[in-house]
Amino acid sequence: MAHKLPRKDAVIVGLGWTGSILAQELTDAGLDVVAIERGPWRDTATDFPISYAQDEWRYRLQHELFLRPAQATVTFRNNAGQTALPVRNWGAFMLGNGVGGGGLHWNAETFRFLPSDFKLRTHLTERYGASFLPADMTIQDWGVTFDDLEPHYDQFEYLCGTSGTAGNVKGAIQEGGNPFEGARSRPYPTPPQKQGYGHVLFAEAAKQLGYKPFPQPSGNLSQAYTNPLGVKLGQCTFCGFCEWFGCANYSKASPQTTILPVLLRKSNFEARTECEVMRINLDRAGKWATGVTYVDSSGSEWEQPADLVLLCAFQLFNVQLLLLSGIGKPYDPQSGEGQIGRNFTHQTVSTAVGFFDKDKYNFNPFIASGSIGMCIDEFNGDNFDHSQLGFVGGGYIGQVRTNGRPLESTAVPPGTPAWGAKWKQALRDNYLSSVIVGAACHASFQSYRDVYLDLDPTYKDRFGRPLMRMTIDFHDNEIKMSAFLTDKYAEILQKMGAKQIDKKPRKGPYDVTDYQTSHLCGGAIMGDKPDISAVNRYLQSWDVPNLFVQGASAFPQNAGYNPTGTVGALAFWSAKAIRSQYLKNPGPLVHA
Amino acid sequence: MRNVGPSLGILCVLLLTLAASAGGAFAEGIDKQEFKQIERGRYLTIVGDCAACHTLPGSGHDLAGGRAIETPFGELLAPNITPDTSTGIGAWTDEEFINAMTKGTGRNGAHLYPAMPYTYYTKVTRDDALAIRAYLNTVAAVQNAVDVNQLPFPLDIRAAMMVWNQLYFTPGTFTPNPNKSAEWNRGAYLAEGLGHCGLCHTPKTILGGDKTSERLQGYALQGWFAADITNDPRRGLGSWSVDDIADYLKIGHSQTSMGTGLMAETIGQSTSHMNDADLKAIATYLKDQPGSSDSQADPPALDQSAMSTGAKIYADECAGCHVANGKGSAGLFPPLAGSALVQQSDPTSLLHVVLRGARSVATDGAPTAPAMPQFAWLLKDDEIAAVLTYIRNSWGNAAPAVSAGEVGRARRAFIERTD
Amino acid sequence: MIKGGLPWTPGSADPPPIVTLDGWHFFTPQEAATVEAFVDRLIPPDPETPGGKDCGCAVFIDRQLAGPYGRNEAFYMMGPFQEGTKQQGPQSPLTTAQQYRKALAAFDIACRNKFDGKSFAALSGEQKDDVIRGLEDGSFKLDGFDAKTFFAQILKDTQNGFLADPIYGGNKDLAAWKMIGFPGAHYDYRDWIDRHNQRVTLPVVGINNHPNWSQ
Repeated sequence: MAHKLPRKDAVIVGLGWTGSILAQELTDAGLDVVAIERGPWRDTATDFPISYAQDEWRYRLQHELFLRPAQATVTFRNNAGQTALPVRNWGAFMLGNGVGGGGLHWNAETFRFLPSDFKLRTHLTERYGASFLPADMTIQDWGVTFDDLEPHYDQFEYLCGTSGTAGNVKGAIQEGGNPFEGARSRPYPTPPQKQGYGHVLFAEAAKQLGYKPFPQPSGNLSQAYTNPLGVKLGQCTFCGFCEWFGCANYSKASPQTTILPVLLRKSNFEARTECEVMRINLDRAGKWATGVTYVDSSGSEWEQPADLVLLCAFQLFNVQLLLLSGIGKPYDPQSGEGQIGRNFTHQTVSTAVGFFDKDKYNFNPFIASGSIGMCIDEFNGDNFDHSQLGFVGGGYIGQVRTNGRPLESTAVPPGTPAWGAKWKQALRDNYLSSVIVGAACHASFQSYRDVYLDLDPTYKDRFGRPLMRMTIDFHDNEIKMSAFLTDKYAEILQKMGAKQIDKKPRKGPYDVTDYQTSHLCGGAIMGDKPDISAVNRYLQSWDVPNLFVQGASAFPQNAGYNPTGTVGALAFWSAKAIRSQYLKNPGPLVHA
Repeated sequence: MRNVGPSLGILCVLLLTLAASAGGAFAEGIDKQEFKQIERGRYLTIVGDCAACHTLPGSGHDLAGGRAIETPFGELLAPNITPDTSTGIGAWTDEEFINAMTKGTGRNGAHLYPAMPYTYYTKVTRDDALAIRAYLNTVAAVQNAVDVNQLPFPLDIRAAMMVWNQLYFTPGTFTPNPNKSAEWNRGAYLAEGLGHCGLCHTPKTILGGDKTSERLQGYALQGWFAADITNDPRRGLGSWSVDDIADYLKIGHSQTSMGTGLMAETIGQSTSHMNDADLKAIATYLKDQPGSSDSQADPPALDQSAMSTGAKIYADECAGCHVANGKGSAGLFPPLAGSALVQQSDPTSLLHVVLRGARSVATDGAPTAPAMPQFAWLLKDDEIAAVLTYIRNSWGNAAPAVSAGEVGRARRAFIERTD
Repeated sequence: MIKGGLPWTPGSADPPPIVTLDGWHFFTPQEAATVEAFVDRLIPPDPETPGGKDCGCAVFIDRQLAGPYGRNEAFYMMGPFQEGTKQQGPQSPLTTAQQYRKALAAFDIACRNKFDGKSFAALSGEQKDDVIRGLEDGSFKLDGFDAKTFFAQILKDTQNGFLADPIYGGNKDLAAWKMIGFPGAHYDYRDWIDRHNQRVTLPVVGINNHPNWSQ
């Protein structure tokens, strides 16, 4: 029996990036806000200090800063012909937990999507014709444009202090930046990070092949920075324990290092940690949210009434909560009806390992940050002519090697025995002279009719609620694309001087044990009409107007970049709509 | 601003009342002069930081007493100074209040312990004391009976305070120095009076009185060492500009340092709410205070093996934030090179920060509040001694070495502390 | 509830557990003998770098199996349990510790059956390698446990023990990191980022392992 708490103006489910941005914006607007986070409080000095943050076994292999499947997991199958089984230990993706969410442990790769990405179906149809797209590919236009979001990309980048070289400022192409990027209003707030040997060699080789390499936009800062909220970040020290880890010296942009110090001082904000939201409550007509119900760490149930609900719980759990709360219609892949759960996507990543002459090359791979690296964008989005290639989409290709951590980042040439003296020798000989990049080709994942989320019929969480079920596999489009991109990367490795290259293009079936970034998207997509989307262009639920669903769950398909920059931009864009329009007149912002 | 809650409400009522009587007739209740006095009293109460002792944190009852004050003689409980007539000071006359505040005599003639800094507040003018009284009268009355007799025999014999006062108490309001500027005098009035800086920053005799010959040269209390705040070039504020000092007091962070520990609370609830002119005045005054005559003496010889080990520990555990050259990062990781905190004669604060970690203060002007992690789990006594000796004597710094014994004693003392 | 500012508790920290050599926590003496012999074949000693046994790989595995790793504390362990496709990942109802126990028992029996009552540890080097290759390709069958699964698990755990920070019991004296050229638990490479293609000369250190401090 839930105890009812005093009403708040707004309740935020999940205190990660979007939860923090929305909390900061709404408290500035004078609202009394509470954020409910199912994980613990996390802070630099007490949770990942310099004396023990660099522990690969604990944080990278045992995932200590992450959600544990014991607390919440999903089930997985490749297609409807299989029985979905639980993901008992994480593999293909790794989900954040605790204050800061994924923003605590991320790489901090901070990209913007391309202008064409936001109008993908229109753009591709215009260029290649409607029959170029497979019939079961369900990609859509977003309902927002790059120009709509540009000021908010800027807002997120200046919040973080993102380090980079602009490629296109107000239409003028800039030397050293990404010539394909959408026009930005001003340069990055800090210069790009310094690069390591392997990264620089890649850029030289890429130039020789006629490409235009640029430094990866990095939320690991190149210099100390004070953001517009007055919060200070430090200079990244290239420790090589970045992604999967917390940053010990305040140099990785996260909610902790950019927003929370200001947010938590406000008298109109409070965070409740280790409290898990069970469902969003609706009024009797089911058309208006009345708040949420959550369970605290002692097992007591509480009802938190609120006028406004922000669902900021990460893509998967946003969709799960919508389904568990009976909001919107669940997607049925047979009929194609229902919006909640459809257009679920991930990321298509691949790599090639380059082995170099150990007497000539020493890459010092351990000197790195989570978003160091040099990239090329010639093969992203529709930046290249696909008409003879038999696929759509693409991704950035980069030497974006983030670490030389021994458990994760050692490789032996193909054909080396898996154990014994030869293995040991190969490890010794190749550690410093191999180029191992987790996601050298970081490419798009289009949406398909038969790739979706729904509630599992069998498996339950510790509260007895059905787990989210993922039905996902690769389609020919992504397989062809991955092979193409991997070959391009291998060419550059060759040009760099690799003596042996082990190509690893992405191949099906989708394997839930193989890490492929945590960029899960879709399931509650945005669009300009309610019959093809779950939320409108401001991330407002079509079904429940006082509910806004933040995060990558809004992406109708995933583009060839890391999603967080776009997630941040959408959060600021949505917050602006709430502050300037919704609060003055609560109700649907779009009438379609 | 935390202390203002209930009184702000009352002031709003006063303003409304004032507005209602715009015709010039006196409204019943408060008139314009009284309002000004109350507002001045509110500001002076913040300067005097009465809340630091008289408000129990987290109680929601401002100035209602009950907070434990750690002294070398035991723990005292601060009394209730809300206007409650039975358990607070509501029934006191103005004279009784002024006597308590500036002479250390309680209502029934009993002597107050000098934890109540009457030795400093004696400098406060009568007008200012009355303004404080006027403000305190507007604070919400809270029923909270506090037993102020906490010390064991024989320290509970208050008559003993008469002897103590003979030795250590010079009553009398502040007398401006005609050879100094108005700003200096304002700074002196604040620092030596309501600011009572010396209560923490001046070394004490065994009886707990100020060692006046070593004024403001630092004092160890409550697990910290309140730093030397004279203008000593090495241990004091000699390398700080007036702006550095004013910034430190106003926003808790400056080019040279950041407030933490006991000063974090003082900055947070007192100095950050003071006006810029007053802070600059205090800074001006402090910059004119002479340091110890021994501070220019040659530093003692150093154990080179400790320096060598310390350098290696520094490179592996400290440089990632404080940088190899000791310069840190402004507003985030304080510089150790040239740092007064690092070069205090007594290393207690350094030991505190290394063994237990520390969060710096957050203010509107500097909200980041970066924190230093604890190293007690990793570093042994001799290792901490080595790295502290190293930072105290590198980059132009010079200060006595730290011994493993000192570290061990501090480690054990900190385990006992609950704060 | 967190309100009003960033929380702070003096002295707060959650440092990792540091393994000390105080006997086996999980393995029986016979299991320990088998596993030590096994890891020493997976990672044989050579003149430059010790083998898996002297590097403490068996100690690493032992301590992990005795703790949350062995108990699969982080795993979703609710049923129903059924085998799925390779892509669906491990679905065993047994914890990692239980699997080791079961597999090692079956392995011991299989060795004694094949080699006239000799346990794995008592075999010659060549015989040991043959057995391991047989596990690897599945030809050396274990009663009640999949040989390939056992091999993959112990290989992964051995290599992890070899290359993890020494606080976990393996990588003794930072031997593995010295072998490959990884300087270890450093945090500040600002002075090195621009020194392309140069050998980093920093001393090799672990989280709780700084031999350079006393040199």
